[in-house]
Amino acid sequence: MMSTTQYASFKSRPLYGTLSPVSATAHLVVAEGEGSEAVKTLVASASAEFLDNATLIYAKGSGPEDATDAMQALGFKRFHTSATATASLPRLNAALDRLRMGTQIYLTGNESALSLFVKACADAGQDYQGLQTEHHGSLARRMQCVHCKGITENVTTQPAECAHCGLLLLVRDHYSRRIGAFQGVNINAEDPADVPAKEEMF
Amino acid sequence: MSINAGIDVIVSDVVEVNSLIKRFHFKRADGQQLPAFSGGAHVVIEMEDGEQRRRTPYSLMSSPFDTTDYQVSIRRDDEGRGGSLYMHREVTTGMAMKISYPANLFPLDLRARRHLLIAGGIGITPFLAQTDQLNRLSADLELHYGVRSPELGAYLPELNASLGHRLHTYYSDEKQFIDYDELLTRQPVGTHLYVCGPSPMIDATLNSARSLGWPEAHIHFEHFAKSPPGEPFVIELANSGLSVEVGREQSMLEAIEAAGVDAPYLCRGGACGQCETKVLEYDGELLHEDHWLEDDEKARGQKIMPCVSRFRGKRLVLER
Ligand code: FES
Repeated sequence: MMSTTQYASFKSRPLYGTLSPVSATAHLVVAEGEGSEAVKTLVASASAEFLDNATLIYAKGSGPEDATDAMQALGFKRFHTSATATASLPRLNAALDRLRMGTQIYLTGNESALSLFVKACADAGQDYQGLQTEHHGSLARRMQCVHCKGITENVTTQPAECAHCGLLLLVRDHYSRRIGAFQGVNINAEDPADVPAKEEMF
Repeated sequence: MSINAGIDVIVSDVVEVNSLIKRFHFKRADGQQLPAFSGGAHVVIEMEDGEQRRRTPYSLMSSPFDTTDYQVSIRRDDEGRGGSLYMHREVTTGMAMKISYPANLFPLDLRARRHLLIAGGIGITPFLAQTDQLNRLSADLELHYGVRSPELGAYLPELNASLGHRLHTYYSDEKQFIDYDELLTRQPVGTHLYVCGPSPMIDATLNSARSLGWPEAHIHFEHFAKSPPGEPFVIELANSGLSVEVGREQSMLEAIEAAGVDAPYLCRGGACGQCETKVLEYDGELLHEDHWLEDDEKARGQKIMPCVSRFRGKRLVLER
C-alpha cells in the first residue's frame, strides 16, 4: 500500500503513501507528532464502524504541537498516548501480541518514528508490504553506525557524529529494513584530522 | 551443454506408502552428498519412457538437514499423461536416473512469528521437509492436513510423532472439513500462511485469506499445474526453423525438447515463469493451463507457458 514519494529516491529508500481505510477485521493506527493530521483524514474518510474495532496509539513526539486531545476526541475504541515514538513501542508490541491476522495496520509520523514502527511490526512477523504508511514531519534519519552498531536518532546533518562511539559518519542513502535505519560509515578513517563541514541535509 | 543441467542419481529405495502412494529415494551416482536445499524445494525428475522423455516436478519431502539422499512421494494418477504411472510401474531400486538441481518456489518466510501450514492429500510432501526445518528452528507452527481417510493419509504416524497437538487432521470420508474463515480469523498478527493441495483447496484458502484482509506477502501457495492430455497439434518454432508435433500425451515443452531445441524451464508446472514463450502467430485457441500469466495476458494471446499449456486450431508459431 506504499505509493510514490516526493523525496529523492534510491533503491532501498522506504516509500510512504497515504493512509486510507480498508475493510479489515480490526484496525491498528500508530501515529507520532504531525502524523495526527493523517489520522484525522483517515477517520474522516472511514465508515462509522471503523472506530468500533480500532486502536490508536499516539505519541506526541518532539514537535511543539500536542494533538493528544484532538486524537482522543476522535473516539477510537482503544486509545493510548506516549510522549515519544520510542516510549510508545511497548504499547505497540502489546497490541501486536493481542491482535489477529486480518488487522490492518496504519503507521504515520516522521521518518525516525516510521522506522521504529515498521521495525516493531517486522519483529512481530508482519511484512512491510502489508502496512500502510504516511509520512508527516521531519525527514531526520535514524542512523546505524556500521562500526559500533549504535543507533543515533534524528540525524539531520551530513556528516553526522555517532552518538555512541563518536566517529564522524557519512549518512548513506542505504536503508536497512531489518534494522530500521540508514547506514552510517566513517567519513575520515584515513585522516581523522580531516573533518568535513557539516551541512543540514535531512 | 544443456541450459538445464542435472544430477546423475541412483534410485536407492522404493517404498510403498499406501495403495496410491510410493516413495522414491535417490542417491548421487558418484557417492557424493546431494546439494543442500530448503523446505519447499522441488526437483524435476527425468523419465526415459520408451520413445518419450518426460520431466516432472516433485517436492522434496526428506529433511533439508540430510543430503545423503533425496526423497519424493508420488501419487499414482491413472488419468494423467503417464509420468506417475511410469514412476510406479517402471522405477525400481538400483536404476540410474537424472534429476534437476533443487529449486524452491515455495520457501518459508522465516521472519514470520508463526507458520500456518495447510495440506491436502499428496500436497503434504513439501510440508514434511518444512516441518522438519521449522522444528529444528523451534518455530511456532500448526499443520492442518485434509485427506480422504486415515488409511490414505500419508505420513500420519510420522507427523503425529513430530508435531503432536500441532497436527490437525480432517477426513473427508468422515465429513470433516477445514473451516478456513474460522481458522484464519484466530491467527495472531505475524502469521504466514502456506497451502499446497488440490486447486479447490488452494482457491478456498486464498479466498478466505484475502477476504479477511491478509496481506499478500503473508500468503504462500504451491500448485504444480499439469499439462493435460489432448488432441495432437503442430507448432512452428520460428527461431529454430522447425516444425514439431505435440503428441496426445506430450507437453509442448517436451515436444520442443524432443526436437533437440534447448528451452528454459524450472518448475514444469506453470508456476515459475521460466518457460514463458512469445506467440508470434496463431489461428485457433491457446489453451492456457498455468498460474503464471495474468488473465489479461492470457486473453491477449501473445505469450504461452509451454510446460503446461496446449493449443487447438490450424497454426501456431512460437518464438523459439
Ligand atoms: S517451467 Fe515454470 S512455468 Fe513453465
